[in-house]
Amino acid sequence: MNMPLTFKNTRGLLRNALFTATLAGMAAMAAPVDAQTLRAVKHSALRVLDPIMTTAYMSRNHGYMIFDTLYALDSSLTPQPQMVASHTVSDDGLTYTFTLRDGLMFHDGAPVTGEDVAASIARWGERDGMGQVLMSFVDSMSQGASASEFVIQLKEPYGLVIDSLAKPSSNVPFIMPKRLAETPSTEPIPEQIGSGPFKWVADEFQPGVLAVYAKNEDYVPRDEPASWASGGKVVNVDRVEWVVMPDDQTALNALQAGEIDYWESPPSDLLPILELNEEITVRNLNALGFQTIMRPNTLNAPMDDVRIRSAAIASVYQKDVLDALVGNPKYYSLCGAMFVCGTPLASDIGSETLIEGNGMEKAKALLAEAGYDGTPIVIMHPTDVGTLRTQPVVVAQAMRDAGFVVDLQAMDWQTLVGKRASQASIADGGWHMFMTNWVGADVFNPLVNNMVNGKGPEGGWFGWPDVPKLEDLRTAYATETDLAKQIELAAEIQKVAYEEAVYAPIGQYFVPTAWSSELDGVLDAPAPLFWNITK
Amino acid sequence: MIGYIFQRILAAVPVMGFVALFVFLLLRLTPGDPAAIIAGDTATPAQLEAIRDSLGLNDPMLVQFFTWIGRLLQGDFGTSILSGKPVIELIEARMEPTISLALTTITLSVVIAVPLGVIAAWKHGTLIDRFVMLLSVLGFSIPVFVIGYLMISLFSMELKWFPVQGFRPIGDGVGDFLERIALPTFTLTLLYIALIARITRTSMLEILGDDYIRTARAKGLPESRVLMRHALRNCSVPIITVIGIGFALIISGVVVTESVFNLPGLGRLTVDAVLARDYPVIQAVILLASLIYVVINLLIDIAYVLLDPRIRYS
Repeated sequence: MNMPLTFKNTRGLLRNALFTATLAGMAAMAAPVDAQTLRAVKHSALRVLDPIMTTAYMSRNHGYMIFDTLYALDSSLTPQPQMVASHTVSDDGLTYTFTLRDGLMFHDGAPVTGEDVAASIARWGERDGMGQVLMSFVDSMSQGASASEFVIQLKEPYGLVIDSLAKPSSNVPFIMPKRLAETPSTEPIPEQIGSGPFKWVADEFQPGVLAVYAKNEDYVPRDEPASWASGGKVVNVDRVEWVVMPDDQTALNALQAGEIDYWESPPSDLLPILELNEEITVRNLNALGFQTIMRPNTLNAPMDDVRIRSAAIASVYQKDVLDALVGNPKYYSLCGAMFVCGTPLASDIGSETLIEGNGMEKAKALLAEAGYDGTPIVIMHPTDVGTLRTQPVVVAQAMRDAGFVVDLQAMDWQTLVGKRASQASIADGGWHMFMTNWVGADVFNPLVNNMVNGKGPEGGWFGWPDVPKLEDLRTAYATETDLAKQIELAAEIQKVAYEEAVYAPIGQYFVPTAWSSELDGVLDAPAPLFWNITK
Repeated sequence: MIGYIFQRILAAVPVMGFVALFVFLLLRLTPGDPAAIIAGDTATPAQLEAIRDSLGLNDPMLVQFFTWIGRLLQGDFGTSILSGKPVIELIEARMEPTISLALTTITLSVVIAVPLGVIAAWKHGTLIDRFVMLLSVLGFSIPVFVIGYLMISLFSMELKWFPVQGFRPIGDGVGDFLERIALPTFTLTLLYIALIARITRTSMLEILGDDYIRTARAKGLPESRVLMRHALRNCSVPIITVIGIGFALIISGVVVTESVFNLPGLGRLTVDAVLARDYPVIQAVILLASLIYVVINLLIDIAYVLLDPRIRYS
């Protein structure tokens, strides 16, 4: 401590430190890279490991790695068997008997049985919206005559049994061992044991930093080629690492430098740089993209007046929102279809002003008719999420142009998540409107689309519109088995939803994925999938 | 001295208690609900309540506080609400990158900045002095993330000397460790050089005008001995203070640097926990940061005595 520092010593120390660091760095850079490890930067950090307890997309993506599903949608949105070899339906349409395919085994070595399936579907049915509808038709679920059979007994015919089991996005009906599936759905499962193509490497999990998956050598893929979430889940790498990078510029540099192989959702302003790099592929993998929405709260005046809600929607032009949010028209689409453009249920009924941008006069007229008194409209504005901080600003300005007084309240997303659950009045901290985004597969039919739920304050989704007609139509849709009639019912639901101004899609946008050209076989899918990829 | 240290340790207990209470209340008064975050978009109110029950969030606040304090006194920092991992494990995993960055940064900064400050004072008013001051102004003025990006652009993307990001524990090999810690260290070092060199120069300038320095020179002592032995040691108190506080600042989290270089340190753990309202993690990290400040302040005070015999604590 008392040793005097001399200039000579100082120079020597500095020189030695730099020399050592540089030499060490160069030596390590020359080390061989493990070609069988795929390093991916995801859109967020994996935090909750139970894909049934939460709807977080990262938990869903985690689920796709280690769990398997009974059915899965192919690229034409048709359910295909996945864990199931075949199924039969009784003549009265009330008994579904499923036979599991051979070779299905959990990561702990136990075979997958009908009991595991029954417990897993029951737990999923407690949490998921489409699962809850399915469960309302189910009389019983149990293992069949053999361990590889699973039987669903319905109380009345239901047209969407297979569609429900093939649900592609949160919550996905993943199959887990019965002992895990018996965990209450409000508590996380204690282990990560599935029968999927990857195994969870628990020892290396660092929340907020790294999640690691190893190839499941015992997995038996289907023979069919992979298509969306269906088909053979052939794993061609030994290990997949999900690396968390909080800084987009760092992820960009890391991908360009070859330190990572795959970047799930680069921000739109960095896409031009990536697209110019010949060693990087940039492509949209999810044709349904995202639906960005505005959701009014029907409980708080003046938004309890349908004319006021309609005025707010009529003032908005989707192009303005999407230009601000995305910018490049290559990555967005004007789309008023509540059940997403590009699906069989897509319809433009009721969305003219949103698409044409000609609703301002209508908005002003509606405000005058409703006698709007200048009550400030509280719009929650999450400033910490890149894909959500733009829309409130654009919508607020459009509403101001129409004559609204807007109180744009800045907050972080988690505060919004807590606050939106409140049915309190504005004076007690309530709200009038918020915006959010949905993966297309989460809103592509009237049962999974929470915003057309008309159950009101008891059982409705945030905003709580009380529209019994919507519920009648959704029930009719659920029991209908003919696609043409389902399309008609979906169009009618959309018409009513626009008339009641329960919500409005304010654009469809696409988030392309970027990956090293060393990768091949990256799948188009509703969620990022890591089978079929070679490196 | 021993008595003084004992007194300081005792005094730290109510400080930590106050910090614990303050952090606990602050978090509970902050909007946001971890149960809502976990439950997601489609949970019913009943399911939300069940999750809140299972997390103990429906207990009265006093019960929650004393449960937490009770466990804390037994060495149990609790469990992360989101990942389900013990908080102590999360902190342990993040300590090495943070401590490594603090040690390399402070070491390199001291090795460069103290001599620079001494030279600047010694050559006061010359070009060397102005160069050191310019360096200091630049170090203070340029945001750390800009320096970081420039470092990455030059040393990683152009010259390809160092990787862009990441961290390797020293146990995986010194080479791997050094190549990844180098750029964040260089980045932060620029800031700390500015701070330490400036303090060193100012303190030295005051001392170099004192009579005893003139006497030392009149005795014919070599200039290096006058500067290092007589001047530097006598102005070491403010320098040590700045170094200590700088060390504590890095330990308690340099979020921007950790983000730019993707270092999984305590700063990122804290920010992630705050954004996710992971109460047990936030509480533990802030308590730890407070403890670090208390300990470092104590060490600085002890160092004063060792460096300056005129200072005595009764």
